[in-house]
Amino acid sequence: MASKRKIATCSLAGCFGCHMSLLDIDERLLELLELADFDRSPINDIKEIKGIVDIGLVEGGLCNAETVRVLQHFREHCRVLVSVGECALTGGIPSMRNHLSLKSCLEESYIRGVGVENAHIPDDPELPLLLDKVYPLHEVVKVDYYVPGCPPSADALWHVLSALVTGRDPHLPPALLKYD
Amino acid sequence: MSPDTKKTFQLDGKEIPFREGQTVFDAAMAAGVYIPHLCHNPDFEPHSSCRLCTVIVNGRPFASCTQPAVAGQDVRSDTPELNEMRRALTDMLLVEGNHYCPACEKSGNCRLQATAYALGLQDSHFPQFFPRRDVDASHPDIILDRDRCILCGLCLRISRSVDKKSVFAMTGRGITTTIVVDSPSGLLADSKVSREDEAVRHCPVGALMMKGEAYMVPIGQRRYDVSPISEDSVREFHAREEAHNG
Amino acid sequence: MWREEAPPAMDAVRGILESHERDPGELLQILIKVQHSYHYVPDAAVELIADHLRVTRAHVRGLVGFYSFLSSTYRGEYAVYISDNITDRMQGSTGLATYLCNRLNVKLGETRQDGRVSVRFTSCTGMCDQGPAALINERALTRLTRQRMDRIAELINSRTPMEEWPAELFVVEDNFRRSDVMFRRAFEPGAALKAAMLRGGDETLKSLQFEEAVDPSSGHAWRRGADETLKELYRSDLRGRGGAGFKAAIKWETCRDISAPERYVICNADEGEPGTFKDRVLLTSYADMVFEGMTICGYVVGSTRGILYIRQEYWYLKSHLEAVLARRREADLLGRNVLGTGFAFDIDIHWGAGAYIAGMESALIESVEGRRAKPRKRWPLPVVAGLNRRPTVVNNVETFAAAATIALKGGAWFAGHGTGHSAGTKLFCVSGDCERAGIYEYPFGVSVREVLRDCGGLDAQAVQISGPSGVTITRAEFDRILAFEDLSTAGTCMVFGPQRDMFDVVRNFTQFFRHECCGLCTPCRVGTSLLEMLVEKVAAGKGSPVDVEQVQSICQLMKTTAHCGLGQTAPNHVIDSLVKFRGDWDKRMKTTDFVPAFDLDAALQEARQLTGRDDAMAHL
Ligand SMILES: Cc1cc2nc3c(=O)[nH]c(=O)nc-3n(C[C@H](O)[C@H](O)[C@H](O)COP(=O)(O)O)c2cc1C
Ligand code: SF4
Ligand code: SF4
Repeated sequence: MASKRKIATCSLAGCFGCHMSLLDIDERLLELLELADFDRSPINDIKEIKGIVDIGLVEGGLCNAETVRVLQHFREHCRVLVSVGECALTGGIPSMRNHLSLKSCLEESYIRGVGVENAHIPDDPELPLLLDKVYPLHEVVKVDYYVPGCPPSADALWHVLSALVTGRDPHLPPALLKYD
Repeated sequence: MSPDTKKTFQLDGKEIPFREGQTVFDAAMAAGVYIPHLCHNPDFEPHSSCRLCTVIVNGRPFASCTQPAVAGQDVRSDTPELNEMRRALTDMLLVEGNHYCPACEKSGNCRLQATAYALGLQDSHFPQFFPRRDVDASHPDIILDRDRCILCGLCLRISRSVDKKSVFAMTGRGITTTIVVDSPSGLLADSKVSREDEAVRHCPVGALMMKGEAYMVPIGQRRYDVSPISEDSVREFHAREEAHNG
Repeated sequence: MWREEAPPAMDAVRGILESHERDPGELLQILIKVQHSYHYVPDAAVELIADHLRVTRAHVRGLVGFYSFLSSTYRGEYAVYISDNITDRMQGSTGLATYLCNRLNVKLGETRQDGRVSVRFTSCTGMCDQGPAALINERALTRLTRQRMDRIAELINSRTPMEEWPAELFVVEDNFRRSDVMFRRAFEPGAALKAAMLRGGDETLKSLQFEEAVDPSSGHAWRRGADETLKELYRSDLRGRGGAGFKAAIKWETCRDISAPERYVICNADEGEPGTFKDRVLLTSYADMVFEGMTICGYVVGSTRGILYIRQEYWYLKSHLEAVLARRREADLLGRNVLGTGFAFDIDIHWGAGAYIAGMESALIESVEGRRAKPRKRWPLPVVAGLNRRPTVVNNVETFAAAATIALKGGAWFAGHGTGHSAGTKLFCVSGDCERAGIYEYPFGVSVREVLRDCGGLDAQAVQISGPSGVTITRAEFDRILAFEDLSTAGTCMVFGPQRDMFDVVRNFTQFFRHECCGLCTPCRVGTSLLEMLVEKVAAGKGSPVDVEQVQSICQLMKTTAHCGLGQTAPNHVIDSLVKFRGDWDKRMKTTDFVPAFDLDAALQEARQLTGRDDAMAHL
């Protein structure tokens, strides 16, 4: 058998729902681990990809400088980059803030909001700085494959992952294609 | 030709009978062949604006919903090229508006979403436009969420020709086209619209909806969760034909 | 920004409404007058108009939002529209617009706080041979320079009434550089119509005075004229001059043969294709010929009503055109009893209000009926069910002029000029990088090289034939001929010299189509916007081969699936440019990797401002 594939995953402006769904593939996770190892992933808490991995799964859209940096890191270190979930594909629920200016969002949260004390917009350099809008991944890097869904079902994720690991067509059968 | 000889045309190599005056779309659906469509509802006049129903007739593209069937013509519909174009058109409709399917009350009952599924639209290619559009929740029974409007024009057509109220119109042009409501304030609340109107019942997406009905059927058991739109539309079309004939 | 303080008095609106019938078809004409007198369409006016015409307010607002010369917000006592064709840009319009804005202290696209003035761009105003051009309160400005902008700014700042502005600012020239067999001589009003009416008559009839020949009591057989003129039109093989080249005789005959209580003749003077200005010249100097062609058409098809649909950019021609019509009525060339023959025919003028799509015939008819200029369903054709769902002939201005000539001189004469499939002569509008821009009449079949030689543009690197929706040809193709067999054209040649960056042309044209798309159908509505975004991305040096691939697939999609000619032809120039001027694209593409369309670091700017941060992590 050829050497095992390497997979890395991360969650950006998402809710970890896609990752939960990934864990939902249950016993098939063992099957997957036969074929592939997990590099950087919240699943194992490795923070940085060393070398090159075969498949990068990215959940969530881009909302701040940090998410952009992680995505760029993934693009540089993954042969195949997969955009996972509605937030990654379209910006999703977080992008509902795109209707408003960043200023009004921050003022609502940190200045005018109910129960706000010591009103000021946080400026700690430790905090990732927000982008003007929330963006889908494919507007910032080239994305190779997409798995829609909020979250994509475990079956959908399994279908795409197992296909990519074994070199099959990762297109979802109609029953697994969902945007909600 | 004797009058009882059925006239036919070829659709993807299949013989399709048709009646004089029928469109390619109607004849195909009557014969059980689904042609993807969004702005057309066979109960009302066709409008040929979404362009999903484009087929190739004798080598040239036409919208099948307005194209008269002609005996012997060669029509192609279910081809990889056309389906790729239909996916792109559907994707265009998704990116030009704000479609948050995970948070949309219409999810599962939405023709745009169901059509995207039927076409296998899995990839995103275009940038999101994130337009700023107004929501009108002023009316007690009806909501107009322009974020989800695909400008199919059905509400305009139905309000004008069936309800005889002309509550809706379009303004702007090109990419800035939007629905306007006929009332002094421009809001639904002081317009003539009412919950009995046909116009508010046929929006293919979640743009024009009745309040309080959204979650009567749980997500997962809704119309297109149960049966793909390709089958559902054909079934609906046949039911309509039967109702008309008897 | 200027804001409405109190609703203005509605007296003027009431006056306008009184002068119009309660016919919804009058809506656009009413809105134009309201816009002219108030410089916007106030909400209070919307109410009154809707009430008067018994249409909905939403419908009225629908038109105000559609036509670019109408607006729901105040455009100022002086509304300046700078023509934004590529030829204007090549003549420096962009810099001049900024210059004028600075002089007036107004932001482009906004109305100055005191409500005095606004400046914005508009699509080509049809003055490409004498640009940079602009419009100000319905009058055309040509040959703009900084000095002229200084004058204009002074006149505006001193609030000089338009009537007192110096006439030299508004001089529009014909620049008729070359005439051939059709336009060599002045047109004698009535001659063609008389010839049409008497056509098919025998020698005795021809020897008589017209009045005698048609005298009902004399019993002369002069009534074959309509049929015989149609035959002449067939013989002439005249093809439509508006671009599509449809045979005029077939259209007229179809219209005539459908039984209907009424039928119409519409002259299409929308002339919206950037780079085109021949119809303006015809209506300036050959209006009689055009109106006579329409009248002959009415005579042949059995119509009593003609309509000239003309773009608002040519509003300055209004009094001239009305005078010509009045003269023709006086001379019995129009009216209830044309030339004493009992034939009734008259012509109204309908104005457009800024919409290229209104030149597309079914959209034009919608506009005449007082609606948004949105193309109709493909079938039935206007000739079968057009204006008021009645048979309607829509022809281009030049087609009617040619028809008048054919009625006079016969079809064989006409067919004796031009080529096998393109009979007659054609007007060409030459502009851009050449010494003598203007109108040239040639027999069909003239080569591009010959045109370039005559206009002094032989060093061109490219010529855009037929406007943005047409074809881009390069030096190697200059021996191709202008005719339906090869370069089919409505007559536009924009010349680009060797110094031009052809990518600027693509940018201008993609902006044009995005602005002019009607919004009806998906591929054009979204496709024109996507094309503009992608082209601007490449312009900003952020393009990569991935983007070019996407451009190509959007072009194919639009060509195949768009509803009307606008969307189907909007990608032509992009496709041509990618094949013929790929170098101008490639030199902007610095990378083979995908690059975001927007600047990532700039996307953090707002947050930097709000937080006051500028540390390393606050940048990308
Ligand atoms: C987007 C679009 C714009 C058009 N603009 C004009 C125009 O300005 N003038 C014109 O004569 N024809 C225009 N046409 C063509 C008309 O639809 C129609 O074919 C023409 O007026 C017929 O007249 P002809 O046969 O004499 O050329 C346009 C077509 C399209 C699709
Ligand atoms: S509101 Fe609904 S029915 Fe009306 S145009 Fe929009 S999508 Fe169509
Ligand atoms: S192609 Fe463009 S202009 Fe023509 S109908 Fe479609 S949207 Fe309107």
